[in-house]
Amino acid sequence: MSAGDPKAFSERIRGAAAEKRPLRIRGGGSKDFYGNEPQGELLDTRGHAGVVAYEPTELVITARCGTLLSDLDKVLFEHGQFLPFEPPHFGPAATVGGCVAAGLSGPRRASAGAMRDFMLGAKIVDGHGQLLAFGGQVMKNVAGYDVSRLLAGSLGTLGLILEVSLKVLPKPRAELTLELELPQARALESLNRWAGRPLPVTASAWRDGELGLRLSGADSAIRAAAEKLGGETVAPDQAAQFWAGLREQSDPFFAGDAPLWRVSLPSHAPVLELPGEQLLEWGGALRWLKSGADAASLRAAAARAGGHATLFRSRDKPAGVFAPLPPGLARLHRELKNAFDPAGILNPRRLYPEF
Amino acid sequence: MIDTRRQDEVASALRAFLPERCVLWQEEDTRPYECDGLTAYRRLPMVVALPETEPQVQRILETCHALGVPVVPRGAGTGLSGGALPPGDGVLLSMAKFTRVVRLDPLARIAVVQPGVRNAAISDVAAPFGLYYAPDPSSQIACSIGGNVAENSGGVHCLKYGLTVHNVLRVRGYTIEGVAVDFGSEALDAPGYDLLALAIGSEGLLAVTTEVTVKLLPKPETARVVMASFDDVEKAGNAVAAVIAAGIVPAGLEMMDKPATHAVEQFVHAGYDLEAAAILLCESDGSAAEVEDEIARMKDVLAAAGATRLAVSRDEAERLRFWSGRKAAFPAMGRISPDYYCMDGTIPKKRLGEVLNFIGAMEQKYGLRCPNVFHAGDGNLHPLILFDANDPGQLKRTEAFAAEVLEKCIEVGGTITGEHGVGVEKLDQMCVQFAAAELEIFHAIKRAYDPKGLLNPGKAVPSLARCAEFGRRHVHGGELDRPELPRF
Repeated sequence: MSAGDPKAFSERIRGAAAEKRPLRIRGGGSKDFYGNEPQGELLDTRGHAGVVAYEPTELVITARCGTLLSDLDKVLFEHGQFLPFEPPHFGPAATVGGCVAAGLSGPRRASAGAMRDFMLGAKIVDGHGQLLAFGGQVMKNVAGYDVSRLLAGSLGTLGLILEVSLKVLPKPRAELTLELELPQARALESLNRWAGRPLPVTASAWRDGELGLRLSGADSAIRAAAEKLGGETVAPDQAAQFWAGLREQSDPFFAGDAPLWRVSLPSHAPVLELPGEQLLEWGGALRWLKSGADAASLRAAAARAGGHATLFRSRDKPAGVFAPLPPGLARLHRELKNAFDPAGILNPRRLYPEF
Repeated sequence: MIDTRRQDEVASALRAFLPERCVLWQEEDTRPYECDGLTAYRRLPMVVALPETEPQVQRILETCHALGVPVVPRGAGTGLSGGALPPGDGVLLSMAKFTRVVRLDPLARIAVVQPGVRNAAISDVAAPFGLYYAPDPSSQIACSIGGNVAENSGGVHCLKYGLTVHNVLRVRGYTIEGVAVDFGSEALDAPGYDLLALAIGSEGLLAVTTEVTVKLLPKPETARVVMASFDDVEKAGNAVAAVIAAGIVPAGLEMMDKPATHAVEQFVHAGYDLEAAAILLCESDGSAAEVEDEIARMKDVLAAAGATRLAVSRDEAERLRFWSGRKAAFPAMGRISPDYYCMDGTIPKKRLGEVLNFIGAMEQKYGLRCPNVFHAGDGNLHPLILFDANDPGQLKRTEAFAAEVLEKCIEVGGTITGEHGVGVEKLDQMCVQFAAAELEIFHAIKRAYDPKGLLNPGKAVPSLARCAEFGRRHVHGGELDRPELPRF
C-alpha cells in the first residue's frame, strides 16, 4: 500500500481518531499561511495525485487531491478550457485539494463565480476514516445535501478531500484590459453601474486612483464595450502580468510586513475609511487592506458595511483569522464539525479556535 | 387518521398567538393542502398554519418544538417530489402569505424578497431597471422563491447562468428551535462553512426560510435561438457535445424528442419540425454583434453534426414562441394523457443515446409511452411517462418504469434528481445512489440543525432501516460497496 493510497489515509485517520491525535492535512503547503496556525502530525496528500477523468464536452474534470494545480491548468489549457474562478496558487506546489480546502477565488470571481460554484462532487475520508462520496460529475444534482460545496473553504476540518469533480468552461475567445483614472468613490459607483449593464467586464482592480478593467468574450463584444467604457488599452503581456500579479499576490501592493486584511463587502458599500493602503477587486466586493489597525475595530467597520474581515496574512494572529460567528451559527458549526469529525482531529482550530 | 385530541391541543396552542384566519384544522379547509405538485401522494395535514409575520413563524416553530410536533414547510405547492407532503400528525407551515418584495436595489443588483414571492415576479419587478433573476424553472409563473431555495431549482438557462445556489446571496430563516439564522450575506461570501450552499437544496429539512436575497443580472441586450432538427436522437445528442467542444456555452440548450414535439405542437403551435426525430433549441445571448457571431458559429457546428433543418428566431416574438413549446411540455402531456409522471435524472451527456435507447426499451417492457424533454446542456433528463391513474396496474407499472430509469441514471454515472428533489418520491433510489455511511452523514447533518428530527421528517434522506428493507445494493460508478467480496 503506497503512501497515496486512500486506504492508507483511511487507516491513518482511523488510528489517529482512536488515539485523539490531531492531524495536519497538507498538500504542497502553499497556503500554510492561511487560516489559524496549522497543528498536529503531518498528513501529506501529495501521493494521491492525477487527473482521473476529463471529458472536455462534459465540461467536467475529476482530479485527485495531490494533483498539482499547475498540471490541472495545463490539461485544461490543451483543450481551450480553464477553471473560471481563477484560483490563486500561491506557489508552484499548490494542489487541487488545497485549492478546494482553501476555497479561494481569483480576479474573475465577481463575474464567473467562486470556487464553491464550480464544485460538483467530492470523495473524502471523514474523521472516522470512512471513504465517502458526495455529489458527482454532473452539473445538476440535488440528491442529498450539498456536502461537496460545503467542503469548499472548510480548510480540511470536515474531512480529507481525496478527489474532486469541478465544472470547467471554455476560455474566453478574446480579452482586453483597460486602464482608467478615477478616485475610489467614483470607481465604486462606476463599477456598480457597469455591473448592472450587459458589459463583458470579467475583472476589476482599483488602486491609487487607477482602475484596471478586464473585458472577455467575442472580439466584437469587447471592442464595442471598450468604446463605451473609455480609458487606455493596456498591452496584452502587461495586462496578463497585472492580473496574474493580483491573483498570486506578487503585485507590489502585497509586499511588506503589514498585516493584510481581506475585507469582503457588498460591492456598493461606500469607501472604507480605515487607516492603511487599500486595493479593490471584484467590482468593489473585495477590499484588501494593509493595516496595523486593531482587529476589533476593523471587524466592526466591516460588519457595519454589511460584510466581514479576514486576517489574510500576518505574522501573528492573536485575534483569530476569521470573523467570529453569531451564537446560532457558531453552534451549527460545532455540530457540523462533530458530525464529520467527532474526535476533533482533522486540522483542529485551523478555521475557528473553538474546534 | 387524525388524532383529534392532539389536533385540538396543537391548534389551541397556535391560536393562542395567531389570528383565527391563520390556523386551519377543519377538513374542508385543510383538504387543499393534502398534496403538492406530485399528486400521487396525498395526506391530510393535522393542522395548517398560515403565518403573516416573521415573529409568528418563530413562535410557531418554538411551540411545535416544545410540543414535539412535526412541521412541514410549504411554498407554492408546485414541487414535483412530494417534499411538501403534509404530516398527518403535525403542522403544515404554509409561507403563502409572505409575498412582499422587501427591497430592490438596482445599483447593488439585489432583491430582498419574502419566500412566497413567485420566481417570475422577481424578474417582473427588476425589469424596469434592465435586470432579471436568472434561474427560470418551467413552473416559474407559479413556483415561489422559498421553494426554489429548498430544491435548488434550475431551469432552461442554467448551463450559462447557474442554479438557485449560484444566484442567491443570502437566506434568512429559523431553525426548528426558533433560532434566527442568516446564511450567506450581501457580500460575496461569509465567514466559516458555506452554510448557504448547505441550506440550498436541503428540501426544508434544516431551516424554514423567511427571507431571500437574490442576485439580479443585467438583461442581455438581445437573444436569439436556433432550432435544429435531427433525424436521429443520437445525432442530436452528439450535436450537443459538438457545440460545447467548439467552445460555445449556449444561454440555453434543450432537446425534445418527436413524441414530445408532437404533444406540445397541438397545444401551443410553437412551429416545431414534426418530421424530426429530435429538435434542439440552442440560444445565444449578449450584444447584437456577439449574438450574430455566435449564432453563425452554432449553425455551422449544428449543420456539421448532421442537422436536417435549421431555423433562427427572427425576432423576440418568434424566440418566445420557440421556447413556449418547451416551457409548456408538462401541461401539454396533461392534454394527451389522463396523467403523466415526470422524471428528473441527470446523466453525463455522452451517455444520452444509450439512456434514450434504454427508455425506449422500457416503453416496450411496460407498455407505456414516454416522451422526452431534456436540458441537454447540463445533462438533465425529464422523461414523461404517460399513464392513467384510474388504472392501478398502470400506476404500478409507471413507478417500476421510473425506478428502472433512475437506476440507469446512477449506473451511467449520473444522479436520480437534477432539480426536483428527492422528497418522498425517490427515497428508495437514494439507497442505490448512496452507501449507508454517506446516508448516515446526511442524518448527522440533519441532527446538527434539528436534533429531534421534527422539521419535514421522513423526506429527502431515507432511514437506514428503509434501505435495508428496500434491499437494493448501493452501486457507485459501477463498483459495489465492497468490491473485494466475490459475487456470483
